[in-house]
Amino acid sequence: MADQSRIQELEQIASQVRRDIVRMVHAQQSGHPGGSLGCTEFFVALYHEVLDHKSDFNMDGTGEDLFFLSNGHISPVWYSTLARAGYFDASELSTFRMIDSRLQGHPATEEGLPGIRIASGSLGQGLSVALGAAQTKKLNGEEKTVYVLMGDGELNEGQVWEAAMYAAHHKVDNVIATIDYNRQQIDGPITEVMDSGDLRAKFEAFGWEVMESEGNDMASMLDGLAKAKSLTGKGKPVMNIMRTEMGYGVDFMVGTHKWHGVAPNDEQLAQALGQLEETLGDY
Amino acid sequence: MTTKFTYTEKKDTRSGFGVGLLEAGRNNPNVVGLCADLTGSLKMGDFKKEFPERFFQVGIAEANMMGLAAGMTIGGKIPFTGTFANFSTGRVFDQIRQSIAYSEKNVKICASHAGLTLGEDGATHQILEDIAMMKALPHMTVINPADYTQTKQATLALVDHQGPAYLRFGRPKVPVFITEDMPFEIGKAQVLTEGTDVTLFATGHLVWHAVEAEAILAEQGISAEVVNIHTIKPLDTEAILKSVAKTGCAVSAEEHQINGGLGESIASTLVRNQPAPLEIVGVNDQFGESGKPMDLLAKYGLSTQAIVDAAKKAIGRKS
Repeated sequence: MADQSRIQELEQIASQVRRDIVRMVHAQQSGHPGGSLGCTEFFVALYHEVLDHKSDFNMDGTGEDLFFLSNGHISPVWYSTLARAGYFDASELSTFRMIDSRLQGHPATEEGLPGIRIASGSLGQGLSVALGAAQTKKLNGEEKTVYVLMGDGELNEGQVWEAAMYAAHHKVDNVIATIDYNRQQIDGPITEVMDSGDLRAKFEAFGWEVMESEGNDMASMLDGLAKAKSLTGKGKPVMNIMRTEMGYGVDFMVGTHKWHGVAPNDEQLAQALGQLEETLGDY
Repeated sequence: MTTKFTYTEKKDTRSGFGVGLLEAGRNNPNVVGLCADLTGSLKMGDFKKEFPERFFQVGIAEANMMGLAAGMTIGGKIPFTGTFANFSTGRVFDQIRQSIAYSEKNVKICASHAGLTLGEDGATHQILEDIAMMKALPHMTVINPADYTQTKQATLALVDHQGPAYLRFGRPKVPVFITEDMPFEIGKAQVLTEGTDVTLFATGHLVWHAVEAEAILAEQGISAEVVNIHTIKPLDTEAILKSVAKTGCAVSAEEHQINGGLGESIASTLVRNQPAPLEIVGVNDQFGESGKPMDLLAKYGLSTQAIVDAAKKAIGRKS
């Protein structure tokens, strides 16, 4: 377990990432703040503590852990995290969703943004990609881990279940899939739109090792990701059902699907920033 | 009639893919194969047998297969996916678009049983829109070889080709008239016979029919140039314009919808550069049906005779 001072450092980074998210989305009056805020602890812990990654980005990722974002609409949290982890200068965050930017609305490789290995946004595809990358790691004799994050609404897509069946059949046990279990999708709560039911039972029935974790507490996040890592290499793919609150960190955005893809106005931005300490300097 | 090319045997183009993939696997350890429960139909069995650790059975889950293949390229693998053309394109267009084409992944989408010549299974499986879908995607290369030998050549060429590609081939046994010593280069049209009155552009199975049409036209005193457009994208516009500059008119022939097919690509090239009469032999906005492959080609207007008739019509339109 990480010591208390390290946890505080990570929490400070998370606070800055949350400021970046609301500022980016506000600047263009476009983007997805809710899911981004809810997954901030996950991204910060992953890139600053868990992921064995190199400082120089290369597409093949040889000798590194890899991360794929399947629910690409939460690009703001990924872009901010990548910038704050040194993949590119934080000043570039100001170009989010603008013409000629490398920071496309949804993550893409075509503009060459360091850290991105596949386009995502059309949902349901990331788990398949992660499994393929994980199998290449095995073929290449690499003992590295491939991480993928998916939304819970995204589980509506049939391809996810094709991939889930494949992963267990082929014993892809160097993959850790995490579900952002915020229980919201665009049209409302998942229980109303398309109830995914007992996710643990579903993935266990598909042959996965399933665990649950808390997603909006840094100490719990680190424990959860350490546990997930400990479950790899045992013949089964690992599913981490991570309980989060959409909009976490900004009180008026918490726990509702209403901030899925809506930007704050000037007044709301000021209110949000008042709740988020500037720790690393705004871009 | 005496064709300028001869053949001693008929073979299916999918078998050309099978032997090509096996050889590719022997030449390059990064070649991997994925198949969606059609290993026998795609002739991937020999590759699977010799390289079991590099062969991935995906089951009947084509969307997952495309994502897997995209992911496998990260770290240097060269994935060849195998299933029917219908399930290689229409079923998974969005997966190809986002994870492979837009992401510029080095995936080779290998598609058998394309077109009417799939035969008795009928229209559900006879895709005639796959070229349209694949050629519309930025970064995508589209190849439709003429026979067994050329399908093998194309498969091997794709190993050294960087970027996403769609390789289309078929089910029936058709004349093997391309020889190993005839060079194959992705993106370079292949002039099979030289002529002066009309150019016959053809792709895939219909290249042989264009060769036959040339012989029939020759008996009637008409000199036809036969050009094999095995690569539909990138299109060899230079070769097309050069040939039509000489002949003054053209026919295109393909086992595909006229809408979105090779003919439209050639028409676009001609209209924008040097307008000339063009007759398009293809399926005219219809679905196929069950039947024997050659009977279907005849019924839907894709026969040797249809190419002959189109050639005369094109010549008649010359000003």
